[in-house]
Amino acid sequence: MTALQNSAIQNRYEFVFLFDVTRGNPNGDPDAGNLPRLDPETNHGLVTDVCLKRKVRNFIGMFHNGEPGLGIYVQEGAILNEKHRKAFEAVRPDDEKVRTSAKLSPKSGDEEAAVRRFMCDNFFDVRSFGAVMSTGINCGQVRGPVQFAFAQSVEPVLPLEISITRMAATTEGEVKEAKDGEDGRRDNRTMGRKHIIPYGLYRGHGYISAKLAERTGFGEEDLERLWAALEQMFDHDRSAARGEMGSRRLILFRHDSALGNAPAPGLFDRVKVRRAFQGETYDLNSPGTHNLPPARSFADYAVDIDRDGLPAGVQIIERL
Amino acid sequence: MSFGVKLRVSGQYACFARAEMKVERVSYDVMTPSAARGILEAIHWKPAITWVIDRIHVLKPIRFQSIRRNEVGSRIPVANVRKAMKAGAVQDLRMIAEHERQQRAATILYDVDYVIEAHFDMTDQAGPQDNPAKHHEMFTRRAAGGQCFHQPCLGTREFPAAFELVSGDPPRTGLPDDQRDRDLGWMLLDIDHANDRTPLFFRAALKDGVLTVPPLHAPEVRS
Repeated sequence: MTALQNSAIQNRYEFVFLFDVTRGNPNGDPDAGNLPRLDPETNHGLVTDVCLKRKVRNFIGMFHNGEPGLGIYVQEGAILNEKHRKAFEAVRPDDEKVRTSAKLSPKSGDEEAAVRRFMCDNFFDVRSFGAVMSTGINCGQVRGPVQFAFAQSVEPVLPLEISITRMAATTEGEVKEAKDGEDGRRDNRTMGRKHIIPYGLYRGHGYISAKLAERTGFGEEDLERLWAALEQMFDHDRSAARGEMGSRRLILFRHDSALGNAPAPGLFDRVKVRRAFQGETYDLNSPGTHNLPPARSFADYAVDIDRDGLPAGVQIIERL
Repeated sequence: MSFGVKLRVSGQYACFARAEMKVERVSYDVMTPSAARGILEAIHWKPAITWVIDRIHVLKPIRFQSIRRNEVGSRIPVANVRKAMKAGAVQDLRMIAEHERQQRAATILYDVDYVIEAHFDMTDQAGPQDNPAKHHEMFTRRAAGGQCFHQPCLGTREFPAAFELVSGDPPRTGLPDDQRDRDLGWMLLDIDHANDRTPLFFRAALKDGVLTVPPLHAPEVRS
């Protein structure tokens, strides 16, 4: 088999991931002209699961480029500086007969399993998030152990539209037009716009199933890489649009057993974000918080972890 | 149905995609029996049993939201994987997300809460060590303790489901009067995996907030 045969994780996990954005757009909405995503009913900002998974993939791709077993299947066009990857042992040489037979038989079922195995062994993203592979027989589907939900800002956010100018024109025609202008200004500027959120603290939830990890071979080392990616991925995703983004807290709930020791929602409720103002903290929904000045930094929030009466077999780990 | 179970599932979002509108996904108004079965299976399932959904109680008003995301339009071609396996090199095996980009909107449900009433039947794969009481016990123990094989979801995996075991009568529906009794049209019942994955449909209707699900092979079920 391949070099990479780490044993799968044995514990179920949930995690709360807090990250913030300062004067930036964490995730644009293609339906709204790239405005930051909003829940239309509450004005809380949203960051989709796929947006976060994209950053995890990019981080792993950037830091483990070319390492065996840590390929990234779904790549962004920008990271094409693919180095020479080390050769690896193929799981099983190709079988011509399987290609021609269309019906499901144990033979092709094995083949399907081998293909899945191969993808899981070689690609970090397939092993963690899963993938759909089309075969003639069925969608050979890999369900990954790592599941992200939409992240949501802890308070409503206010998107701003900032108009910007560029001191250059795209085409010669534009330059000419501006020169012929009556006001005599040699003005060949182009207007553009940026959408930013002055400040937003986002809260994401994630789930890791040990039982699904067993099937894809998602091991302890992969888990460590995933945590590292969540902690650091924004530091390597700087761009004009994003503003200043950063991971703030990463709180894990580790269950002693593979199936878990407590319901997830109750565990998530143990992490409470509160507003902090002049040494006092306030419940986010308590009346009166709207009288406080809007939050503009992480210091305007306090994160409390309730450790009282933690269900047996659940451990809280603060990574960040 | 001596071994019936009742499970309450809720979440902020849900997407039970209509079979006829799956490119730009549009959710059914309520959870499909197929999705309900998937939730139960996420908690406990063995080849020896098969879950049968009896009723779905809709506890919260039916509301929709739209979300558009960048997605990729293709799946992993197996032929390419085979080629890479043969060549023993993976550098050409990848998907450039930007080349396969598709922007798709999804019309999803917002703030949902259901009670699933279900029971299970034993299949012919059940061995001598399998008895209904054992599986019923395993399911209720897991559901009550928040244990699951993987976190169940409300249609798609980005919308996780919170679940709790219901003992006693399900809570009263919170649907507004005009939504309580409603013809929901033809709805996916389930996929018949035994018969070449034939989709089965039934005429779904809410009666006082409860969707009663016919058995898989009832005469009113069409494929």
